[in-house]
Amino acid sequence: MNLEFTEEQVLLQDTLNRFLQNDYTFEQRQKLSQQGIGYSEQNWQTMAEMGLLGIPFEEEYGGFDFGATGLMIVMETIGKGLVVEPYLATVVLAGQLIQNASSEAQKQTLLPQLIEGNLKLAFAYVERQSRYDLSSVTVTAEKHASSFSLTGKKSVVFNAETADKIIVSARTSGNDGDKEGISLFLLDKDSTGITMRHYHTVDGLRASELSFEQVEIGLDALVGELDNAFPVIESVIDSASAAICAEGVGVISQLRERTVEYLKIRKQFSQPLGHFQVLQHRAVDMFMAEEQMRSLAYLASIRMEGGTRSEQIKAVSAAKVYLGEARTVVGEQAVQLHGGIGVTDELDVAHYYKRLTMLNNLFGDRDFHLQRFSQSE
Amino acid sequence: MDLDYTSEEKAFQQEVRTFLKNNYPKNLQDKVAKGVALKKEDYVLWQKILYDKGWIAPSWPVEYGGTGWTPTQKYIFEEECGVVNCLRLTSFGLVMIAPILIKYGSEEQKQKYLPDILSSDTWWAQGYSEPNAGSDLASLQTRAENRGDHYIINGSKTWTTHGHYADMMFALVRTSKEDKKQKGISFLLIDMTSPGISIEPIITIDGLHVVNQIFLDNVKVPVENLVGVEGEGWVIAKNLLQHERTNIAQVPRSKKQIERLKLLSAKEMHNGKPLLEDSFFSAKIAAVEIELLALEMTCLRTLSKISAGAASDSISSLLKIKGTEVQQKITALLMEAMGYFSLPYFKDVLIDGWQDEVPVGPEEAACLAPHYFDWRKTSIYGGSNEIQKNIIAKAVLGL
Repeated sequence: MNLEFTEEQVLLQDTLNRFLQNDYTFEQRQKLSQQGIGYSEQNWQTMAEMGLLGIPFEEEYGGFDFGATGLMIVMETIGKGLVVEPYLATVVLAGQLIQNASSEAQKQTLLPQLIEGNLKLAFAYVERQSRYDLSSVTVTAEKHASSFSLTGKKSVVFNAETADKIIVSARTSGNDGDKEGISLFLLDKDSTGITMRHYHTVDGLRASELSFEQVEIGLDALVGELDNAFPVIESVIDSASAAICAEGVGVISQLRERTVEYLKIRKQFSQPLGHFQVLQHRAVDMFMAEEQMRSLAYLASIRMEGGTRSEQIKAVSAAKVYLGEARTVVGEQAVQLHGGIGVTDELDVAHYYKRLTMLNNLFGDRDFHLQRFSQSE
Repeated sequence: MDLDYTSEEKAFQQEVRTFLKNNYPKNLQDKVAKGVALKKEDYVLWQKILYDKGWIAPSWPVEYGGTGWTPTQKYIFEEECGVVNCLRLTSFGLVMIAPILIKYGSEEQKQKYLPDILSSDTWWAQGYSEPNAGSDLASLQTRAENRGDHYIINGSKTWTTHGHYADMMFALVRTSKEDKKQKGISFLLIDMTSPGISIEPIITIDGLHVVNQIFLDNVKVPVENLVGVEGEGWVIAKNLLQHERTNIAQVPRSKKQIERLKLLSAKEMHNGKPLLEDSFFSAKIAAVEIELLALEMTCLRTLSKISAGAASDSISSLLKIKGTEVQQKITALLMEAMGYFSLPYFKDVLIDGWQDEVPVGPEEAACLAPHYFDWRKTSIYGGSNEIQKNIIAKAVLGL
């Protein structure tokens, strides 16, 4: 049993912290978030140079094979810096789908490009009716002699605007809600028949609504087995859930740190707010939530790396439940303890709070995962 | 990062398992499993078995009778004890006073007291709290007047767990009045058979007698029973609070109680199906289980840090708060699971079980509400959870 970081992991963490310090002030982040494509292409290249885009991928494709715990370290920093670059969309979601499902040939072409920073991807899986049910897929892919024809709509697709290619989950047989009959397809973004509607998200990121109207794609666009994509989707979403739990740890640590600092400097009734016991105890609640969340994020990543499927489900859902609760214990409390300034756009606290809040609504919220935890063996 | 035990640790785990299987008395296992009150002879019985094995004092230095186990081995031992419902050893002698004597005691004191603590031949009590000194312990008023070769003690100690079993009591007393209340406090060892000591039972919320108030009326204590330096007892008292911190969360026992909660709620029916399958009730169980899982990982992270040679003090208050919150939530759910059958109160069943009587309702029901009520104490004793939060605010957050 060893829960300390290896030398390599410590090195990775140091590199990441330097990146945040040098290239990622809150003001820079805000500017990026609001303008143009919503992030910096130059930052993306820096991340590629640092090797971050290769963290979860096997060495033979140019990756580092750092596994889920490696991703955890990167994602915690992404949370700390409220990083806006499309790491979750490209590396964690789409990249891992390719690594886990694709043919050798697809991997050989796609992964090295991705790792070098020359290929950005998005994963379209949410639909209007699906909520958190990954088997609720109504986009259809009809098979013809030498092609598939894709029709239907996908929602809230992260970073689709800047993705070169998009992985889409589609129904190739069965009915909405069946776990069987779902397949994955890799589409060029500019294929005929795709329309996109791009927008900002509440937490400063970008997403899109996608509409497919008889989009013709070659048979080689299929990623993984026909009709059998559900298990790989579910497992990649679990990996992404573990990853955003680590992101949440980063966000939570900043909210706690900033709030404690504020309690020390803000004076009311002729004394620092931190002298009031009622506020001290709330800060302690935030601290305890941070420690417990970190523990569960560790557990989720460790299980994603080497656990049985059932251990993975338990650990990921437990962490996701806790992340959902942190919205209240850490997020709402951080704003409350900052008082009026906490609800201004100017202060970074408001933006950490927004990200933490939205993390609950990704990949299944607290209630969804509480139920999943309680029903799993 | 990994959660696997090494092959040596696994072998150790197996050794502990086998030992417990062969040596932990069945009747004790049964009592603890059902939540029946434990008597002095129950503790002594098990402690003597552990003593004979050489496993009674894992936290002691080897030269005094400790096991020499690594932090992980100690954790494994606790884990395995939890699995088979081992009783919690009485901690006043083994866990509290012994390490104090080892660190601060004279050679004579060590030789006089340690062997009998190890063999469970003396029973110790803790004389800290007073009627007017609870969370604010340093405001204690029990006086000890130095008369040359002895002290004369006057005052009262309270919440003395198992004081009615005790042969000896370690106590904080005031030997002088100083500018700061933490000064002038001394650490004394008091023979409970001394003239002038009287013990009044305090019946707790579950109707049972575990704690006491102790009155000291001109009690004579020889000066050689002073531990450390006169007037510097507060340092010793604070040090005492730093022992055995990863164990404070009681994770293995809470895991066992969750298992029990699932077993019991599977037998109760609700809307035509087992209560355990009710989505509302099972979600409540899941919420506690998740908090416990987080706590277990926090313990393991602490353990990993200790094994890597880092200090762990900052986390012990969290372990105490979260550990007791989890325990209390489980006791509440166990009681809720019993529905109407949490109401019938049978004091003799709390003490001796149902014996040959036919139980009212589920066999284990009678103990569950009293246990729930009794377990409120855990967030009050050992430095209340609010005091623990004060400690975190000051020591960790710098507020």
